[in-house]
Amino acid sequence: MTQVLEKYSGYLAQYEELEASWEANRLPWLAQLRGHAWSRFADLGMPTARRGNEKWKYTNVGPIANGSFGHPLGLDPNDYIAPDLIAQAAPWQEEWINLVFLDGRFSSSLSTVSLSNGVYAGGVYAGGLGGIPAEHANVFRQHLGQHALAEEDGFTALNTAFLHDGLFVHVPEGAPAPALLNLVFATTDRHQPRVTYPRVLVVAGPGTQLTLSESYVSLTQEPGFTNAVTEIVLEENSQVRHCRLLLENQQAFHVGTSRVYLAQNSSFNSTSFAKGAALGRSDLHCLLDGPGASCTLNGLYLTTGTQHMDNFINIEHAKPHGTSRLLYKGILDGHSRAVFGGTVLVRKDAQHTNAHQTDKNLLLSEDAEIDSKPSLFIYADDVICGHGATAGHIDAETLFYMRSRGLDLATASRILVQAFAGEIIEKVEPEPLRDYLEKLYSGAVSAPGISLGGTP
Amino acid sequence: MPTNENGQQPLLEVRDLHVSVGDQEILHGVDLTVNAGEVHAIMGPNGSGKSTLANCLVGKPEYTVTKGQAFYLGESLLGLEPEERARRGVFLAFQYPVELPGVRTWQFLKAAVDALRQQRGEEEMSARDFDRLLRERAKIVQMDQELLRRSVNEGFSGGEKKRNEILQMAVLDPKLALLDETDSGLDIDALRIVADGINKLRRPDNAMVLVTHYQRLLNYITPDHVHVLLDGRIVRSGGPELALELEEKGYEWIREAVDAAT
Ligand SMILES: Nc1ncnc2c1ncn2[C@@H]1O[C@H](COP(=O)(O)OP(=O)(O)OP(=O)(O)O)[C@@H](O)[C@H]1O
Ligand SMILES: [Mg+2]
Repeated sequence: MTQVLEKYSGYLAQYEELEASWEANRLPWLAQLRGHAWSRFADLGMPTARRGNEKWKYTNVGPIANGSFGHPLGLDPNDYIAPDLIAQAAPWQEEWINLVFLDGRFSSSLSTVSLSNGVYAGGVYAGGLGGIPAEHANVFRQHLGQHALAEEDGFTALNTAFLHDGLFVHVPEGAPAPALLNLVFATTDRHQPRVTYPRVLVVAGPGTQLTLSESYVSLTQEPGFTNAVTEIVLEENSQVRHCRLLLENQQAFHVGTSRVYLAQNSSFNSTSFAKGAALGRSDLHCLLDGPGASCTLNGLYLTTGTQHMDNFINIEHAKPHGTSRLLYKGILDGHSRAVFGGTVLVRKDAQHTNAHQTDKNLLLSEDAEIDSKPSLFIYADDVICGHGATAGHIDAETLFYMRSRGLDLATASRILVQAFAGEIIEKVEPEPLRDYLEKLYSGAVSAPGISLGGTP
Repeated sequence: MPTNENGQQPLLEVRDLHVSVGDQEILHGVDLTVNAGEVHAIMGPNGSGKSTLANCLVGKPEYTVTKGQAFYLGESLLGLEPEERARRGVFLAFQYPVELPGVRTWQFLKAAVDALRQQRGEEEMSARDFDRLLRERAKIVQMDQELLRRSVNEGFSGGEKKRNEILQMAVLDPKLALLDETDSGLDIDALRIVADGINKLRRPDNAMVLVTHYQRLLNYITPDHVHVLLDGRIVRSGGPELALELEEKGYEWIREAVDAAT
C-alpha cells in the first residue's frame, strides 16, 4: 500500500486538499463513500498491462500513471467562456436540456437552468449535486456508487474519492419523457495538464423514458486526464437511449467507466462514438438483472496517428429472457491501435437469453493494429448466443468496380468508409444528434490515407 | 492515327494485345476493331480469355499488357487509370458484379455521373435532375424502384445484379460498352427485358461488345460481327451466322479447323 501511495503522492495531496474544503463535507455519507474509495485506490492504484490481467491486456496506462496532473479547486465554471464555444464543440439544440461541466465543475451559466433549480415537468430532476430536492435525495443516495464499484477498479475508486460535483438525473415513475439531456464535459486551457472526474448518475423510474447524450470535449490542445464514471439505472419497463461521444483532443487521456443496471423488461440502447484522445478506454458494463431486459450497444471508433482506443464492453445476463445486441465498428488509420475486448456472460438463471456481439474493423493503413477479442461465457443451457470479429482492408475488387464507373480512388474510398460507418450512425436517434454525428464523422474521414490489402 | 475504311476513327482498335496475370500469359495477340454503331459478339469456351480481354480494356490492375496496343478514339487506353477510361466513355458490365454494402445505388450512380460530367467540364447534376434521370433509365431495364433504394447489389439475386449493370450503363451512357456475360443467370423474361434495354441504348455513335456463351442473346440483339476467342487468340471472325454455326457444331469444330490450318 505504501508503495502504491508513493507513486500517487500527487493524488494524495489533492485528495487531502479536497477533504479540507467545505464542499467535500457537505454530505457526511458522501464523505464516507469518498473516504472508502480513497483507501481502495491506495490499495489498487492504477492497473498494469501484464500477463494474466485480461481486463488490461492490450492497454498500457503507464502514460497516465506516470503523468502528473493538477486538480485545482475553485476554478470558476461560470462566465469563463462564451456559450457558443460549447455549442460548436458538442451537439447542441436549444430545445434540449443542456447541462455543461467546465473543467469538472457544473456550470449554471452555460447550462439550461429550469425555473425551479433543476426540476422539470412531472417532477424530473436534472442538475448538479448541490441542490438535489429532498424527494430525489433518497434515490440519489440509494444508487450513487452502488453500480460503479470503487471496490473493483482503481479508476472508479479514484473518481469516487474525488466525487464532489457531478450530475444527477432522476425521472420518477409517471413523469413524462424529458427533452434530450445533453451532458457536455468540456475542459479549457486553465491549469493544464489537469485531471477531471466527471460523475453522472441517471435513474429512470419504472415505466419512464429518457434520452441522454454525454460528450467529452476539449477546448484546448493541451494534454489532460479525464477519469469519468457514469451510472445508469433502468427500473422496470423503462427505456433509455444513450449516446456517448469521446471527442477530446489528440493529447488527452480518457478513461470512461459506464455501469448500466437493467431491471425487468427495461431496455437500454446506446451508441458510443470515439474519435478523440491519445489514449482512450471506454469500459461499459450492462447488467441485465430482471427478466426480459434488453440492451442494444452500438459503437464506432475512429483512430489515426498514434492513438490508442480500447473498448471493453461486458454484458451480463443474470435473468431469463434477456436480449443483447452489440455491434462495434472501428476505422483505423496511421499507426493507431484499437482494442475491442469484453464478454457476454450468461448466468445459470438466464435461460432463453438471446445475445449477439460483433466487432468489425476497417484498416486504412498497413501500420494500424487491432486486437479484437470478444468472448462468450455461457452457464445456462437454453440460449441463443453468437459472436464474431473481423478486420480487413478496403477490398481491391470493390475499389476497382467503383473506379470502373468513373470514381477516383479517393472518392471511392471515402464512399466505402462512409458506408462502413453509416451502419452505426444511421441508427442514432433523435435526428439532430444523428445529423451531428454524420457531419462530425464525414469531417473525420474526408481524406483517408488508403492502403490496399490484396493488391499485388 | 488509325482510321477505318470509311475514313472514320474506330471507337476501339486493339492490336496484337498480349496480356499476362502474374507470369502467365493469357492473351497471346488479340486484334479487334470496333466502329461506332456496331455490335460485336465474342464467344469462346470457358477460360479462353474473354473476361481477361474485357477487364484489361477497362484497366483492371492485375492484368499486365506485355505487348501490343489498344486505342480508344485514337487515344492509347493502356496508360490511363480505370476511372479515366470510364470518364472517357468506356464501360464494362461485369460478369460478377460486386456488392457495395451500405452504399446506396442512388448515391453511387450520382457520384459516377458527376465524375463523368466533371470530365466534360459540366457542373454536378442537381439531386432532382438525377432523380428524374435514374427513374427514367430504370424503366429501360424495368428495374424495381425498391432495388434502387437498397445498397448496390447487396443481397441482389444473380439476375438482379446483371440487370443493375445494364441500368448503370443506361445511366452513364458510355460510347463503348463491354458486356461480359450479361445474359448468364437471367431467366427468359429477364433476358428479353435486358436485351430490349440494350437495343434501346444502341445508337449510331456508340458501340457494344457482347461476351456471351449463348445464341439466345443474339436472337434478340443481332451482332454485326462475331469473333471466336480460343486459348487467348481470336481464331475466327464472321457475321451473325458464325454464332449459329458454333451453336450447332461446338468449339471442337473450330479447334480442329484451327489445328488443321496451322
Ligand atoms: N486474376 C487472375 N488470376 C489468375 N488467373 C487468372 C486471372 N484472371 C484470369 N485468369 C486465368 O486466365 C484464363 C482466362 O480467364 P478468363 O476469365 O478471361 O476466361 P473467360 O473466357 O472469361 O472464361 P468464362 O467463360 O469461364 O468466363 C483462365 O485460365 C483463368 O484462370
Ligand atoms: Mg469470363
